[in-house]
Amino acid sequence: MNRQQITLSVNGRDHEVWIVPSDTVLDVLHDELGLADVRYGCGEGVCGTCTVLLDGEPVNGCLALAVQAAGHQVTTMRGLMGPGEALHPLQECFLRRGASQCGFCTPGMVLTSLDLVRRAITAGRARPTREEIRYALVGNLCRCTGYTKILDAIEEYADLAAQEKAAP
Amino acid sequence: MVAPAFQYVAAASYDEAVRLLAAGGDEAKILAGGQSLMPMLNLRLAHPELLIDINPADQRPPSVTGDAAGGLLRLPALTRHRVLLEHDLVRRGCPLLADAVRHVGNVRVRNRGTIGGSLAHADHTSEIGCCALATGAHVVARGPDGDRTVPVSELFAGYWTTTLASAEIITDVLIPVARPRQGWSFHEMVRRTSDFAIVAVAVLVDLAERTGELAAVRIALAGVGDRVVLADPSLNPASTADADLDAAAARIAERLEPSDDVHASGEYRRRLARVLTARALRQACARAAGAGS
Repeated sequence: MNRQQITLSVNGRDHEVWIVPSDTVLDVLHDELGLADVRYGCGEGVCGTCTVLLDGEPVNGCLALAVQAAGHQVTTMRGLMGPGEALHPLQECFLRRGASQCGFCTPGMVLTSLDLVRRAITAGRARPTREEIRYALVGNLCRCTGYTKILDAIEEYADLAAQEKAAP
Repeated sequence: MVAPAFQYVAAASYDEAVRLLAAGGDEAKILAGGQSLMPMLNLRLAHPELLIDINPADQRPPSVTGDAAGGLLRLPALTRHRVLLEHDLVRRGCPLLADAVRHVGNVRVRNRGTIGGSLAHADHTSEIGCCALATGAHVVARGPDGDRTVPVSELFAGYWTTTLASAEIITDVLIPVARPRQGWSFHEMVRRTSDFAIVAVAVLVDLAERTGELAAVRIALAGVGDRVVLADPSLNPASTADADLDAAAARIAERLEPSDDVHASGEYRRRLARVLTARALRQACARAAGAGS
């Protein structure tokens, strides 16, 4: 019923997909395009595992309709990676700090914290404090790590990013 | 879970949305930020046949009209929570709202959620509804017969219900700009940060220009009934003395009849209302005394 074709721009590539109006961004990315780094967690916008960047801003993939994303840039964690699946520096911090255990929450954690650090640096502010990182991650649930190592990893990346910005 | 099937149409203007809404009747719903409606669909708590997406209908930023003394902050209905949090006009014109929005949802919810959608959703624990009441805000509602202005104090009818007609849409929220010698405060209690408030209190206090005496007080509470409520002005404090503020908070809490639910007992909510109101009154008075004197 009511199937229509839309073009979704995901991680820099255009995809023609057939959808029904009730398909969410999450449905299409995960089920149609096979992007396993966007995950169904709660369906209510609370847990953060379906986080994607829509035109650069973190949004709930489970609460945005696919048809609404047509004409916008969608970025998943995979879109941050370099050629040959090279890890983003923030992902490397997660690895180094043991901030990922089962990994289910990791893409949402990475996208949300990257947005936080980028905003602070773009606005010329100091890198976010541990308390600011905690506040930004209130909507990203992790049931393994106890969050400490996640915060450590993000702080390390924030320091790196701030140094890079300060470097001549 | 997965949302039930529905039809979708994007409205290019509020007028088009009103026409679609009038034609769709009770089976049509407006989709704004979707941070309450979409969860309700995913949980199958709502089964609309038609979603009318108003996101393409409005790109206006916040603006202020009038002079500094009697200005009005105009927030288009699609103003996202993140904009309320960060926009200079909101931070200066309504610091109460900019502060309270910190407590709404999480980063993703604030990137999409809208002020018009929040007020139309009429949640009884709404931080935004609470602030809109405390500031004496109005909404502009557009219907088949044109626009009308509705005080937020007449907007809420009960749990998730407004007094808007079935084909009316909120297009703007109008908030009197903060004045000199005005103080504000927002406090809430939650089980987990970003969760729905158990009780929330928003207070706005005006002191007299010369004497510094209490000139006006507006106290709004959320989580204490079937809608956010404005405390009866006859219960307001007599002065800014701590004892008077505490007595007013006790009077206001005494009148409330919050019900028990899975989150908290009615008795606990009443106690929270007293404690948070007293705290908010003291802070608002202190801010008013410090501001613009």
